[in-house]
Amino acid sequence: MYEHDVIVVGAGGAGLRAAIAAHEAGADVAMVSKLHPVRSHTGAAEGGINAALREGDDWELHAYDTMKGSDYLADAPAVETLTQNSPEETINLEHWGMPFSREDDGRVSQRPFGGLSFPRTTYAGAETGHHLLHVMYEQVVKRGIQVYDEWYVMDLVTTDEPDPNDRECHGVVGYDVQSGKIEGFKAHDGVILATGGPGQAFDHTTNAVSCTGDGHAMAYRAGAPLEDMEFIQFHPTSLPSTGVLISEGVRGEGGILYNNEGERFMFEHGYANNDGELASRDVVARAELTEVNEGRGVNDEYVHLDMRHLGEERIMDRLENILHLAEDFEGVDGLIEPMPVKPGQHYAMGGIEVDEHGQTCVDGLYAAGECACVSVHGGNRLGGNALPELIVFGKRAGRHAAGDDLGEPEIKTGYGDDVEDETDTELPVAPGKAGLDTTGSVAADGGVTAEADGILERSVEAAREHVDSLIEKEDGVQHAEIRAKLQRAMTDYVNVFRTGDGIRKALKIIRECRQEYQNVYVDDPSRTFNTDLQQTIETRNLIDVAETIALGALVRNEFRGAHWRQENQTRDDENWLKHTLISWDDGEPSIFYRPVILDGENKTYEPKERSY
Amino acid sequence: MSTQQAEPESQEAPKDPEMQGAESPAAEKQKGGGMVDQTSTDASELEGETVHIKVFRYDPEVEAKQEPRFDDFHVPFEKGMTVLDAVMYARDEYDSSLTFRHSCRQAVCGSDAFFVNGKQRLGCKTQIADLEQPVRIEPLPHQEVVKDLVVDMDHFYDQMHTVEPYFQQEDLPDGELEEQRQSRENREKVKMSTRCIWCGACMSSCNIAAGDNEYLGPAAINKAYRFAMDEREDEEIKEHRLRILEQEHGVWRCQTQFSCTEVCPKDIPLTEHIQELKREAVKKNLKFW
Repeated sequence: MYEHDVIVVGAGGAGLRAAIAAHEAGADVAMVSKLHPVRSHTGAAEGGINAALREGDDWELHAYDTMKGSDYLADAPAVETLTQNSPEETINLEHWGMPFSREDDGRVSQRPFGGLSFPRTTYAGAETGHHLLHVMYEQVVKRGIQVYDEWYVMDLVTTDEPDPNDRECHGVVGYDVQSGKIEGFKAHDGVILATGGPGQAFDHTTNAVSCTGDGHAMAYRAGAPLEDMEFIQFHPTSLPSTGVLISEGVRGEGGILYNNEGERFMFEHGYANNDGELASRDVVARAELTEVNEGRGVNDEYVHLDMRHLGEERIMDRLENILHLAEDFEGVDGLIEPMPVKPGQHYAMGGIEVDEHGQTCVDGLYAAGECACVSVHGGNRLGGNALPELIVFGKRAGRHAAGDDLGEPEIKTGYGDDVEDETDTELPVAPGKAGLDTTGSVAADGGVTAEADGILERSVEAAREHVDSLIEKEDGVQHAEIRAKLQRAMTDYVNVFRTGDGIRKALKIIRECRQEYQNVYVDDPSRTFNTDLQQTIETRNLIDVAETIALGALVRNEFRGAHWRQENQTRDDENWLKHTLISWDDGEPSIFYRPVILDGENKTYEPKERSY
Repeated sequence: MSTQQAEPESQEAPKDPEMQGAESPAAEKQKGGGMVDQTSTDASELEGETVHIKVFRYDPEVEAKQEPRFDDFHVPFEKGMTVLDAVMYARDEYDSSLTFRHSCRQAVCGSDAFFVNGKQRLGCKTQIADLEQPVRIEPLPHQEVVKDLVVDMDHFYDQMHTVEPYFQQEDLPDGELEEQRQSRENREKVKMSTRCIWCGACMSSCNIAAGDNEYLGPAAINKAYRFAMDEREDEEIKEHRLRILEQEHGVWRCQTQFSCTEVCPKDIPLTEHIQELKREAVKKNLKFW
């Protein structure tokens, strides 16, 4: 058994920042990650970091843009925390040596991004995430923070009181990918989940294959609700063949979208008469697919993104990485021809419900980064707002877990008096545990005051038995088959355009996946670097997460942000200024709602119609 | 010898890995970094065809795989297919025990550096259509093989850490929001060096690193270059950095064979960076060990 004060699960942007902050607050910190830190998906972020740094801009403008971009489903205290802290945190990265792009006077450059009223996206070429990740890993090395790399965290170790608000998290169960060894990690002060997005629930995604929603699923099964999972961002510009991301920076620098008739459709077909290509992402993604559906797509599949007119010099200075991506993955030279692009799953606005300190309703359990929902993105995340979220809320989670006093949070978590109950939406199939054993959910055996070491040992034992049974099973279904079916269903039915019937079909297929998973087995008998085993466990997580996405999408019968419903093509503020929460209630998902907080420090963000 | 065919019916049931054919049972695990580039095939010629890949297999724990071998897979070709796509297909459809690292699929995570047709390359960035068939896919040479295409990266990481790979400027400008100034020219100077994704291809291709385990190697030296040339760090720390680099197993070990530069998937001029640091060391009159 390993012991530390704070254990950070995941070593991307949020995890690294959390670990550094906890370390600075005096805690003994360890990071446990299924990848080596520099392999984390934060490295694939391209665009930049929104921060109100310059004269003419301020945090209130940034907060206003973010609330509007969210379609008024973000919580104002979280948004204001983000926008107030982002400048300091961004400059802090500069102080750590981050190679930001520069202006003639040597200051960091900023550029326009979609949905922003000021060019406040601070960037490092078109590879901002790569530099952010490496700079923070460098700081972790400098501080000598312990990293258990290529250790896959399988489970949280949590007490099992009936009410999740009474539960306590004592650590995690980890699996050493290289040796197959399974061990407990005891956390004296807290566990911070920073496991990234669940993009692999879809089959056309910009996300890495490692983005399997492990943190989401573990927290969910431990009792922390998942919030606003129906809000999935489809990035307007991903490469059709692979899903590789083409940064919004291309449009920020002046890139233009054309349909197969050479029309600049964002204007010519009236999708966004003011902002055109720089409308927020949900607007542009719908516009592109509408063009394709109406027969104006290129090869009936995608549209063109043209940056040739920007000139070689500017492209090489600010977007060089995009040239390489288009060339390597699509065989297109962006200097002489337009690039093919289409919407691809990109980001989960929802996630593990947390307050401004990163705390879930389970004592000692935190979440930060894309796996968390604090919520700053609401129905639609603005480009350039994910990276500041990592550093601002990663840091806060790290400090709080290490014992720093951050005051009383304004955002509530867990089931309580302020929530609105159950939905009456009819579900197509009984969701939840049907057909699936619950191995590896809450691990204690009923003792309300169960002692930490005992729970940890039992959890480790259960995980070992679980792995043995998967490996020893002689035949059955392989995870790859189930995963492919799940991804296909989500892409077919829970995509940019959604219908009630489609979502119901998806839920039925997800249920089938659950049943098939009961018969899953691992073909590779080896304990050494058994990726077959790891992916089998990940696939179970994907099933849980996909189900919450589809359930949320089914019950929210309005159109808000990235969530479009054919039956209800208008935003319904009267009934839906509230967050969807889904909690794993004894193996069955149950749904409740919490009102959105629109009251900020100095003002109330009154919902207005979004026009771009 | 049995080879996997991409007939639709064979995709239904994954086959037993033990049934895989072993074409070259005595595969050599530690081959040097020969730089044989392949002629390319026109992608259109491959439409509707399968591509033949030969994948190195080894698992210390599984009896049938303890003797290194190559397995043959025939994967249906699709336009734009990369080496990574091909091995993923082989794993997901034919043999789920086939093991390799991969994550982002877009050349930034650095996980999937393999030895493909005799050259270190990123699997995700290498088009199958550009390679001569059968495509030979092996783990990176000069590194211990853990299993199949997975190598032990610990030594590589240790060398990276040796050069103190973190910014060291304690004297920051006054005011929380005051930036350190950096000229565009200076950023441009260090730009290529900051692109390193720690894939290990350069280290694996370097004959010197292969013979001298203590040699810092091209990636670590490039990491040091990234800081040593950054005008935001002051002179004292620059001197400290050069002292690390000019030691016996540092920059002077480089014999300018350019193999690192040739294989770098991010086009970093590694050899040039090493030479520049040698010149800096001479200028600073640091001892020639």
